[in-house]
Order: sequence, then C-alpha cells, then structure tokens
Amino acid sequence: MRSDAIFIGIEVSDEIAGDAAAAARLEEVCPVDIYADAGGRVQIVDTNIDECVLCRLCIDATPPGTVKVHKLYDSGPDAVLSSDPAVA
Amino acid sequence: MRFFEYEAREVVKRAGIPVTDYGFTTDAGEAKAIAERIGGPVVIKSQVLTGGRMKAGGVKFADTPEQAERDAADVLALEINGHMPRGVLVDPKASVKQEYYAGVVWDGTRKQPVMLFSDMGGIDIEEVAEQHPDHVGRRHFSNILPLSEFQAKQCIAQTGVTGSRLNKLVPILTRLARLFVDYDMTLAEINPLAEMEDGSFVALDAHMDMENEARPRQKALLKDLGVGDEETRQAREATEFELAGEAVDAQDHRGVAGNVTEFDGNLGLVIGAGGGSLTLFDAVRNAGGQPANYCEIGGNPSVAKACGLAKLVLSKPGVDKIAVMMSIVSNTRVDIVARGVIKACLELGYDPAEKITIFRIPGAWEEEGFKILDKYGVKYADRSVSLHEASRLAVEALAGTTHTNDPASGQ
Ligand code: SF4
Repeated sequence: MRSDAIFIGIEVSDEIAGDAAAAARLEEVCPVDIYADAGGRVQIVDTNIDECVLCRLCIDATPPGTVKVHKLYDSGPDAVLSSDPAVA
Repeated sequence: MRFFEYEAREVVKRAGIPVTDYGFTTDAGEAKAIAERIGGPVVIKSQVLTGGRMKAGGVKFADTPEQAERDAADVLALEINGHMPRGVLVDPKASVKQEYYAGVVWDGTRKQPVMLFSDMGGIDIEEVAEQHPDHVGRRHFSNILPLSEFQAKQCIAQTGVTGSRLNKLVPILTRLARLFVDYDMTLAEINPLAEMEDGSFVALDAHMDMENEARPRQKALLKDLGVGDEETRQAREATEFELAGEAVDAQDHRGVAGNVTEFDGNLGLVIGAGGGSLTLFDAVRNAGGQPANYCEIGGNPSVAKACGLAKLVLSKPGVDKIAVMMSIVSNTRVDIVARGVIKACLELGYDPAEKITIFRIPGAWEEEGFKILDKYGVKYADRSVSLHEASRLAVEALAGTTHTNDPASGQ
C-alpha cells in the first residue's frame, strides 16, 4: 500500500499491512500520527503524511524493507528512507 | 497592559502616595452615596481606556449628590471613541494651589527607567518638554537599585523647585520609582500631582501601563485589582485577521505560528525567531517595503500550522506576495516551514515561485529545506545573506526588479 501527499509518500508492504503487531507498533512510534491501528491493520493517515519529520522510527520499528518513506521533492540518492539495504 | 484610572490610583495608594478620598462605581445611585460621603462638590470621571474623555463629555462636575447621580447616569451611558465606560470615578473637587507632573517611563535606548518631573502639571508632558524644556527634570536610575532620595532631589531641583516643597515631593518620586520597578510597569504617571491649599501633595490622576509579559508575575496585584486573565487590555480590539492568527496558533501545540498584527502594506510577512520579528519588520521598512502584517513563527511549528499562517497572510486583501524569514540561526526545521508555506501557495492556487519573494530561515535541516525550495523554484537565501539584504531582495521582488540569477539568493 502506498499513499502520497505533496512532499512525502508512505509505502507499507503487503507483508505487514495486515499485521496487528506492526499496526500497533507503527501507531505508537510515529510522532506525527501518520499511522493508525485500524482494528489490527495498518492504516496510513493521509492528512498527516506531509507532517513527516523523517525520523525513521517507523522504519526501525518494522522488518527491513517493509516501510519506506519517499521524499517526493528529492531526486537524489537520499530520496527514499528505508532499511532495505538495496534502497537505503 | 493598561489600567483604568481607578485601578492606577489604587496602585498609587498601595505604594504609599497620598490620593483623594475617591470612590469607583458602576451604578449612578451608588455615585450619589459616594458624593454624600465625600460631602462637597465632586468630579464624575468616565473610566475608559482611551483619551479625550473631557472633550467627549466624560468628565462632569457636580455640586450636590443628586447632580452627581444624574451626571453619573449620563457618563455611564456615554460611549467614548468606541469604548463604553467600565464605571465612573467619583472624586472630591480639589482645591489646588499648583499642579505638578511626576512620571517614570522605560528608556529603551538607555535600557533604564527614567524619572520625569515637571512643575507644570495637568497638561501633556510632551507639550511641556517641547515648549518649556527648563520645566522638565529627568533622572535615569537603576532597574535594580531603588531611586535614592538624592537622585529624586536632583530630578526635582532641575525645575527650580526648592525648600519644603522639594522635601515633600521626594518621597512621592521615590515611591513612584519603586512601584514602577516592583510592578513591571512601562509607564507610571501621576498627572496632575497637586499641591493643595494646605501645602500637602495629592495624586489627582494616574496612568499605569504594565509589561504584558509580567502578568504571570503580577498575579497578586491583578487579583487585588479584579483584573481577570481574560482581559487582554490591548490598546484596540483585535481585528478579524488577528483573531484568525490566534486560531492558527491555537490549532496545534507545536511551535509558534500566528500572533499576527495587521498593517496595511502589500508584503505579507511570515517572520520570526528569538525576537527577530521586530528586527525583520524594521529591515523590510528600511528597504522601502510596506509590511501587511507583523507576526511570529518559530519553535518548530507543524507543517499545518506554518501552512495556516501563510494562507492567512496570503488571503489578506492587498497582499501581493509574502516573505518568509527568520533573523537568527535557530532549531526551527527549515524543511518543515518550507513545506508549510509552499503548501499554502499550492492550496490557494498560486505558484510558490511567484508568491514567495524570499525564503531565508537559518535553522535546522537547511539542506533538506533547500531541496524543497529548489523543486518549487522558490528563491531562497542561506545564513551568509544578512537579514537586511534578504529584506531588500524581498522588497525588490515585490516591485518586480529582482534579478533571478542574483548570486546572493542561493539560486
Ligand atoms: S519517518 Fe518518522 S515521522 Fe515519518 S512516518 Fe516514519 S515515524 Fe512518522
């Protein structure tokens, strides 16, 4: 699942999108409420996406490569935040 | 914040300075009772936070309690400069030999309080200073040490007052100086300070202005005077634009983005940082710009809050473009503010490159912010460009004279 705002895009892999533990964890760690735990599923709160402070807490809280934060204004090598070694 | 006369008189009284046996009331019947207690001719004075009350009919003289009641009813119903009176002050009509002036104001240049004294009271001190400078005594004093009796004497003696009058005036001036410091006043004025027929001195009117930021420290005084937290006591009512700014700031606890004051220029300002708003405002004026507003942004506001403020400023009638600037390096996230102001332009259907004259925020995450500004073609300046230069660039951009390849712009 992926949702883009003006400056930031959030990508959550299908692998964890329905994982209750991941949903709870993401809701807990994001300081600007970009994730919500919707009855055990990960929900991206569209209205908050552009508030992302690029802290990587969501990335560190989930298995490698399952959450990516896209900087839509950046075309350089730092454009995607991810713990996937192939991207980050 | 300003005090009504009846409150200012109470402050003067608390400081140990003699006042008349006045009474304050919101009821005409009670005004009659106060006049009966005083037992002689009285003055009924409207209690409004605006000048010109004498001219407007807000001050009346009554010889009897019945007349005092009628006059009080008239004055209580009289609007002056858009202000309805808080009540009336019923004051004995004093038998005055001579009127003096005593006041303390904050000298922002010297960063010290200055005591002012004149033997020509009852009129504007500015007028006396201009037309009769030899009748005004001045003495700066420490904000930490009390005004000494010697300093008070020096100030009074500059006007030629000597002898027993001088000696009687000294404690009044030292107490006035003390209350100025103790109560965080920016103005403490007794005018007129009357010398009565019996040779005593009495404060017949007082004006007090307290530092707004001192309100939490002066809770006890404000409670005694009955001034509630909800009373802002601003010089004028907030405009719709200013109230909307408050709403933007209140929408989120993160940072500051709001606190706007409305002006009638065409350059909207989204400015701030450590008291920098005033400096930036002045820099824009010095560069020939006409600010549409004064405001504050800083302390890491959210994107939504920065966006809300920028939208508000951009929506103000007469605003052509905005300048986004902070004066000093701070911890405010440059990228977050950049997102907010660009989002405001986009949501209002404007091209950010057109609407934002200059973006100069020396803060955290600058490089990230510059990437965003680059993407949307917004002209920006880094910390190597002074705020004066940035203000000049903003004013030039508004006038359509900026060269797009100006090396100082960072683009
Ligand atoms: S990087 Fe931080 S702010 Fe952004 S989505 Fe992840 S946890 Fe939230």
